Amino acid sequence: MRVVKAIFSHPSGRIGGAIVLVYLLVALLGAVGLTPHDPLMQYRIDRLHAPTSSYWMGTDLFGRDVMSRLMKGIGQSFTVAFFSVALATLAGTVLGLTAAWYGKGWDTVMMRFMDVLLAFPAILLALLIVTIVGPGTWTSVAAISIVYTPIFTRVVRGPALSLKSRDFVDAARTFGSSRSYILTRHLLLNLVAPLTVQVTLALAWALLTEAGLSFLGLGTQPPASSLGLMLSDARNLMEQAPWLLAFPAVAIMFSILGFNLLGDALRDILDPKTRRA
Amino acid sequence: MSYVIRRLRAFPLVLIGVSIIVFIAIRLVPGDSITAMLGTEAGLLTPQQRDSLAIYFGIDQPWPVQYWRWFTGLFSGDLGISVTYGKPVLSVILERFPLTLELALLAMLIALSIGVPAGIFAATRNERPADLGVRIAAMIGQSTPSFVVGLVIIYILSAGFGVLPTMGAFTPFWQDPLQNLGQMILPAITLGCAFASSVTRVTRSAMLDVLSDDYVRTARSKGASERSVVWRHALPNALVPVVTLSGIEFGYLLGGAVIVEQIYALPGLGRMVLEAILQRDYALVQGAVLFIALNFMIVNLLVDLAYAALDPRIRLEGR
Repeated sequence: MRVVKAIFSHPSGRIGGAIVLVYLLVALLGAVGLTPHDPLMQYRIDRLHAPTSSYWMGTDLFGRDVMSRLMKGIGQSFTVAFFSVALATLAGTVLGLTAAWYGKGWDTVMMRFMDVLLAFPAILLALLIVTIVGPGTWTSVAAISIVYTPIFTRVVRGPALSLKSRDFVDAARTFGSSRSYILTRHLLLNLVAPLTVQVTLALAWALLTEAGLSFLGLGTQPPASSLGLMLSDARNLMEQAPWLLAFPAVAIMFSILGFNLLGDALRDILDPKTRRA
Repeated sequence: MSYVIRRLRAFPLVLIGVSIIVFIAIRLVPGDSITAMLGTEAGLLTPQQRDSLAIYFGIDQPWPVQYWRWFTGLFSGDLGISVTYGKPVLSVILERFPLTLELALLAMLIALSIGVPAGIFAATRNERPADLGVRIAAMIGQSTPSFVVGLVIIYILSAGFGVLPTMGAFTPFWQDPLQNLGQMILPAITLGCAFASSVTRVTRSAMLDVLSDDYVRTARSKGASERSVVWRHALPNALVPVVTLSGIEFGYLLGGAVIVEQIYALPGLGRMVLEAILQRDYALVQGAVLFIALNFMIVNLLVDLAYAALDPRIRLEGR
């Protein structure tokens, strides 16, 4: 509760939080089907219709309502982003914690493996994974989570290493606390702050990567909609129907902006060392 | 020196790891490259013809043999033959690389020439409306994907001025510099936008840190002018994180800006990798991904070494 209050008293946090909340609401409405029209219904007589009172954001080449597809697309992009970041956080936390705790061989092997994964530019690694498994929503989730796992592993391992040698951990050991208790209760709980900041910023990157993969035709597949796919479809029609470009472009930009602002605010709140910057 | 030695020692290990991952990954792709290369005509091949093609491309051997052959070949520059182009992989990569290198350099030039002055401007007006304006612009820039910037640029040009950027063509700089810059400037601006925003944010935050340091206060109290304090005393130290950021971003850009090259139909490294992946051109994807990862690792290593040279705390941490 204290953090939520702090977020809403921070200027970036207020704006970012409000943007993210609006998006979550839109995504939820899209997911439960509360859209103005059926996102897949083709109103052929109204193809490439400019925005009007019946189609607030116009229609696309097939006469589908852009606003309904946008709402569905936001839900789709957010689903991919949330699941991929959740998986990356889980995998990165387990690997980072165990690397710090067991040290020696396991730590060396793990961290060198993470170095190898980090040696690939993110989009290239994602492309490689999508190629192996084939394009699709869950492939995007897998690809993005693999790309971001090394970052979470590093974020967890560093502070976990220094926590491990702190007196309260030694005390817990002396009192006979189990390994899993120390790892979850003493180490993990103290890592919540850096992890929260990282998760928020990673959500922004995940949205960006998902949009990029879909734009290249390797993410969400038609007829489903996602923000990147809608922009890719708009490419050849933007002069005739600029609304096909404008609405998804603004939607992508604000979704990433929301998480970036929220991430910045959280970093200020949870890590006072960076507050001045 | 121990930091430098440690970084140098890890380099070959990571490179071997990268090569193994690339090799295995590409072989996990469903479908074989002969079918991919010949399309429906692959069905017309007799088993003997298929076998001889497999022998020619070396894909008849077990994986460890194929890997060893490929890995040892790397040292003599032999990355195999591209089934799509019918040429050595290295020559295909080197044909595409100059464009990607130029694009990355131009994008960095644009980013630094906008980002550094904007960061200084904002830091010296901390918490004033001008600072807020720069921060908002940088945050929006950082949150806008390059393909959105690219599409908006193309839209403005085509709808507003009735012109379209040159697509698909590339004239090397040394053949016709003006034509080359005409072809490259829009993709470079597209890539440079987000990059400039990151540079602005990092420069501003580093400048704010440095401007509140004791030595800057000393310079001020000794009567140094504000211009001299900012440019001579503060900026050189504030540029250390900017160097790091630029290096890392440059490394990413050398990997080929897949999406921007795709939007502008530029025959660069990123677009080549995408096409090779879709064509299942094993040898080309393997070679290109390794080449890109190697570039990325070299740039990161140089950034680390530069950072160690600029900041003695890093250099001495291993002692």
